[in-house]
Amino acid sequence: MINKTVSNVSEACQGVSDNMTFMLGGFGLSGIPENAIAQLVALNVKGVTCISNNAGVDNFGLGQLLQKHQIKKMISSYVGENAEFERQMLSGELEVDLIPQGTLAQRCQAAKSGIPAFYTPAGYGTEVGEGKETKEFNGKMHLLEHAFKADFAFVKAWKGDTAGNLVFKGTARNFNPNMAGAAKITVAEVEELVEAGELDPNHIHVPGIFVQRIFQGEQYEKRIEQLTVRKK
Amino acid sequence: MALSKEQIAQRIAQEVKAGYYVNLGIGIPTLVANFVREDIEVEFQSENGILGMGPFPFEGEEDPDLINAGKQTITAMAGASFFDSATSFAMIRGQHVDLTILGAMEVSQNGDIANWKIPGKMVKGMGGAMDLVASAENIIVAMMHTNRAGASKLLKQCSLPLTGVNCVKKIVSNLAVIEVVDGKFKLLERAPGVSVSEIQEATEGDLIIDGDIPEMKL
Repeated sequence: MINKTVSNVSEACQGVSDNMTFMLGGFGLSGIPENAIAQLVALNVKGVTCISNNAGVDNFGLGQLLQKHQIKKMISSYVGENAEFERQMLSGELEVDLIPQGTLAQRCQAAKSGIPAFYTPAGYGTEVGEGKETKEFNGKMHLLEHAFKADFAFVKAWKGDTAGNLVFKGTARNFNPNMAGAAKITVAEVEELVEAGELDPNHIHVPGIFVQRIFQGEQYEKRIEQLTVRKK
Repeated sequence: MALSKEQIAQRIAQEVKAGYYVNLGIGIPTLVANFVREDIEVEFQSENGILGMGPFPFEGEEDPDLINAGKQTITAMAGASFFDSATSFAMIRGQHVDLTILGAMEVSQNGDIANWKIPGKMVKGMGGAMDLVASAENIIVAMMHTNRAGASKLLKQCSLPLTGVNCVKKIVSNLAVIEVVDGKFKLLERAPGVSVSEIQEATEGDLIIDGDIPEMKL
């Protein structure tokens, strides 16, 4: 078995530098690579482009990088939860590319799969389609969308093994499997790292080939964004 | 009386049929789940990666790894499944989802919808709405007929940046049920106690009124 383990987040992030493009898994604050984000803050890399569905909240998730002005450009589908984000966007400090969520997922999946571009109907006839190549299929108009190019993908799984195989829990899966393998280097952090052979091969969500480095993360906070409950 | 948000959701719930997979948007659409008949089998899809979404968890049983597209804590029904975002949008783009219910800031009489951006104000993004409206065959919009200033939101042409073109089939507002047919709004039902002329007045787009318009049954 090819061993993908690195001893800690600092080793996992080796090679990260200014002006790179990063993919970061997660939907809202669910399934975000908390350890990698903390390390990017500590490394203080600047001028980075982040591809992530959301941009965190003010003091958590990608919001931490925003507060230190490390992000040059965000590529996201929804960014509503963050006052500092709003301020930087309106002042022009931050470049923002808003794209449909399914297109975002598929541009990751395409990059991972060696497909340079694909057609989708999402956004046709809207400002998302401006300047893009269009084509009609089966009587319906589509936009040509391109695979992302990224230097690092930071993903987070529930469990992983030393071979880099990943298993997710609940809706914390979201973009993580689509980003794993979509960048030059994929760094996976997991809540529980086990020996190869301990995970049932029938239950692997992401095969280890898509992961270059894996480590067990520390102190997951897993913050809840909108706590909604009913009375017993 | 114009409908409350709950009553709009209640009326839309009547459109949910047995065996449907349904995607509910944020806001009034989320409330629809509370009014679907209990004797029919329906599954709710949330585009962040769950099919078979259940109600909110009991206090103390919330799980940060189990949320809906509005980032609210939820539960999973028996028979639910989890999946990645590309698979989720394969369900949506591939037209495997039977009904999409979402909110709107404006709808035009040819079925265009605007619900993601007000130029000059904070822009939060379209999330999954553009993918949903571009592919869904069956889209119902839940909305208020007019804005706070009383201006119509059912227009000849949308003034706000579009989310999708030519895609809305049906609108349930606080005043009426309206179908989009041949580039016009067709009045199907009135809210209880609301007159046809009140609806006409609140509708900037062309409104087809064909015969007696029945009151909604709630």
